[in-house]
Order: sequence, then C-alpha cells, then structure tokens
Amino acid sequence: MSGAHSHALYVHGHSPIHGAAPQCKLAAQLLLVLIIVSTPREAFWAFGVYAAMVIGLVVAAQIPPGFVMRRMVFEVPFVLFAVLMPFLGGGERTDVFGLSLSVEGLWGAWNILVKATLGLAISIVVAATTTMPEFVRGFEGLHMPRVLVSTSSFMIRYFDVIADEMRRMKVARESRGYDPRWIWQAKAVAVSAGALFIRAYERGERVYLSMLSRGYEGTMPSVGEAPATPGMWAAAMLVPAAAAVVMTLAWVTA
Amino acid sequence: MSGAPALDVRGLLFAYPDGTQALFGIDLTIGTGERVAVLGPNGAGKTTLVLHLNGIHLPQQGSVDVGGISVSKANLKEIRRRVGIVFQDPDDQLFMPTVRQDVAFGPANIGLTGDELEERVSSALEAVGMEEFVDRAPHHLSFGQRRRVAVATVLAMRPEILVLDEPSSNLDPAGRRELADILRSLDITMLMVTHDLPYALELCPRALVMNHGSIVGDGPTVDVLSDEDLMRANRLELPFGFYPAEAMRSRGVV
Repeated sequence: MSGAHSHALYVHGHSPIHGAAPQCKLAAQLLLVLIIVSTPREAFWAFGVYAAMVIGLVVAAQIPPGFVMRRMVFEVPFVLFAVLMPFLGGGERTDVFGLSLSVEGLWGAWNILVKATLGLAISIVVAATTTMPEFVRGFEGLHMPRVLVSTSSFMIRYFDVIADEMRRMKVARESRGYDPRWIWQAKAVAVSAGALFIRAYERGERVYLSMLSRGYEGTMPSVGEAPATPGMWAAAMLVPAAAAVVMTLAWVTA
Repeated sequence: MSGAPALDVRGLLFAYPDGTQALFGIDLTIGTGERVAVLGPNGAGKTTLVLHLNGIHLPQQGSVDVGGISVSKANLKEIRRRVGIVFQDPDDQLFMPTVRQDVAFGPANIGLTGDELEERVSSALEAVGMEEFVDRAPHHLSFGQRRRVAVATVLAMRPEILVLDEPSSNLDPAGRRELADILRSLDITMLMVTHDLPYALELCPRALVMNHGSIVGDGPTVDVLSDEDLMRANRLELPFGFYPAEAMRSRGVV
C-alpha cells in the first residue's frame, strides 16, 4: 500500500499489523474491547496485562509512542465525568490526601478510565495501521450489507471533492469582500451550503450515469481481494485469545 | 462485426421530457478504426448524441447500431461493453476509493473475476501509462492523471468505440499532449466531442459539425476547419494564428 490514502490518523508503515487483513483486524479489535470491558474492575493485575499487550501492539505496529499519546488527548472530555465521580458519589467515604472521596465513586472512575483508555489505544492502533479503502474492504469482508459498504466508499471518495468545492466557494465569497461579523450576515454562507448541496446532488447524477455506462446494473461488484485465510484469522485472533484467558482468570480469582 | 460499420445512426430524433427538441434527425456512419471529431457550439446536441451511443438515452425515433447490433433495452449490456464513454469531469468517472478498484469496476460488471480481471486492470493502466498509480486514491492524482485513469476505466472494458467528451478540457499543455499521444497509440474507433479545434485536427482525420440538433458539416477535419462560412455559421473559431492547412503541412501530413 502506498501512503497516499493516508487519513489524519494513519501512520505509514509495513509492520505485520499494517499488513493484516482488515476484516481480521476489525473483528479482533471489537473482541478485544469487549473482553476488556467485561473484565471485573477489581482485577488490577488483569488491566496491567492488557496495558502491556496494547503497548506490545504499538511497538509491533511501529507507531511512534508520541503519536499515540497525542491522539489519546481525544479522551479527555469524555473522562472528565469520571474524574468527578469520586467527589459526587454517595455511600461509604474514604480520605485520600485529606480529601473525602466516595469509595464507590473511586471504583467507578477507575473502571471508566482504565477501560476507555485501553479501548481508545486499541482503536488508535487499528486506525494508524489501516487505510480508508482497507476499512471499506474490511467491512465487506465482514459481510456488512453491500449498500452500507458502497455508501461509505462513496463518502470517502467524495469527501475531499466536496470539501474542495466548499473551499473554492469560500474563496469566491471572500474575493467579493464578504467578511461576516454578525449573525444576520450568515445568509451568504447558508445560500452557499444550499448551492453545494445541489451541486453534490447533480454530481451524484453524473456519477450514476458514468456507472451505468460501465455496465452497472444495481449491484456493486465486490471490491475486495481474496478473502482472509484461516491462517490470517488465527494470527489476528492471538491477541483477543490471550486477553480472553486473562479475563477468565480475573473472573475466577475475583 | 463482419463488414458492419462501427457505428450507424439513422434518423435519430430526441426530445427531452420538457419538450425541448434536442436532436432533429441525425444520420451518421462511422467505419471501424475511424477517428472522428464532433464539433459545434454549446447546446448543439453533442452530449445528447453521445448519451444515445450507449443507451443512456434510447432512440425515440430512428436507430443507433453499434457493430451491427441495435441500441435497445435488450442489448444494453453488450452495447455498454462495446461503447466506452469518457466523461468530461474525471471526478464523475472515478468514484471508487482506489484506481485499481475503479478500473476494475467495468470489467467486474461484465462478470470478470480473478486473474482475468487483474489482467484487464493492468493492461488498461499500462495503455495510459498509469500502472504505478494502481493503489492510489483518485483524489491524490493530478487532473491530467485522473483524466488518463478515466480513459483506462473505459479501456478496461475492451470497447469497440471510445467516445470522449471534451478530452482536453482543463488539461495543462503537457497533459494535453500526453493524452494526445496516448489516444493516438490506441487502435480503436474513436469519437471525440471537443471545442479544442487544433486537438481535433491533430487526432481526428474526419470531423462532424453539429448545430441545433443536426449534423451540418461532415468531412476531412482540415477541410471543415478551413471552411470559413461553415465555421462562422456555427460559432466555431480557430485560435489566433492557427491555420489548419499549414499546421498539417508542418506536420508533414499533407
């Protein structure tokens, strides 16, 4: 794969994780997150093992750790609530550095923080090693409905085209002295949005014509290459399988 | 094929649903291997004629035959394989996430799979000199490269007639020449709608002039372009300093 499809979250590379079949990666990601979420929150050691696994994935994928850390910032607004829980929670309380905190709230905060962080880190690894077209192939490989697969594929293809059009319209507005400062000056923007919608609609018709011209008869041909082999699946499932063992042990010891 | 002309249009009439008459009886025969330019002002009916050639519009009166079979609902699949249209805006034609998937779209629609499909993709891309871009996203190609890939998407269907709508529009001079070299190298019947008169002269030995839904001129391109009355009557103008007969002499053609 060339780096040319890179989206903002993609890190170009040739690691085994970059090379894994996208459907296997997506399935493994989902399983891994489900397993982590189902692990009892009291089993601290289990989360340590998971964290080691995720770090292992980052290393194997050759993603710069700094990149992962920067992307993790995304989590902050979502975990603010978790930080408040020990203060707002009810029930039994305990003193930490002179602060009176709810025990139940502390457990809740820990639970959310650790699971969200691990889940996000796994998503970052998958996003950093999978291009947009690979995601589409992955969805197809997982037998998502064709309509959804082709809709998402069109969306990916035309997002940039429409963003370009939008940019050109903005330049054209500003070139004629448009410099909105008040809400009632927003009309030009609203009208542009409408024009953009119509243009996109018309483009849709032209695209459809060009599809018909190449023999389209209502079903998209499969875009995928050969389906993933059992070997690929086995390799991808190694990590979730190991995590499943950890989870089982955590439940047994809990 | 045996002796039947590549394209045979007889008495073709067409009116749009709002009643606008777009074609007033077109008669046209194009032999196998001919390269023909279609010239004429905007609104002359050129695009409407093009959309009849592969059955996007079906004849309301008259007939269109391609290599001896008629354009009709029953023959659509075969007609669309035989007639490849390259539309003006490559962004309308390239709608898949990667070049490979896009070039494969047409042949996949006619039922090709596996190695055969792969071979079609690589030979079509090779014909337009774009084989190294096979895994790129169309959005990351230059306009000229996208136009060439658009030609490849049609060549991959191994058409008998290649129809191009404004092939040189928006190309920079080098891109325009590169495309000309590619088109000249293809051994295929070609119909080219264009406003670019030097391009028509360079590539097409024969030219048609359309205006008001009729064919008003038909002959060797150099003669058509040198016919001042015909040109003036149909809003056709040569670029400043361009003399068709001299251009042909300097090329050593005449």
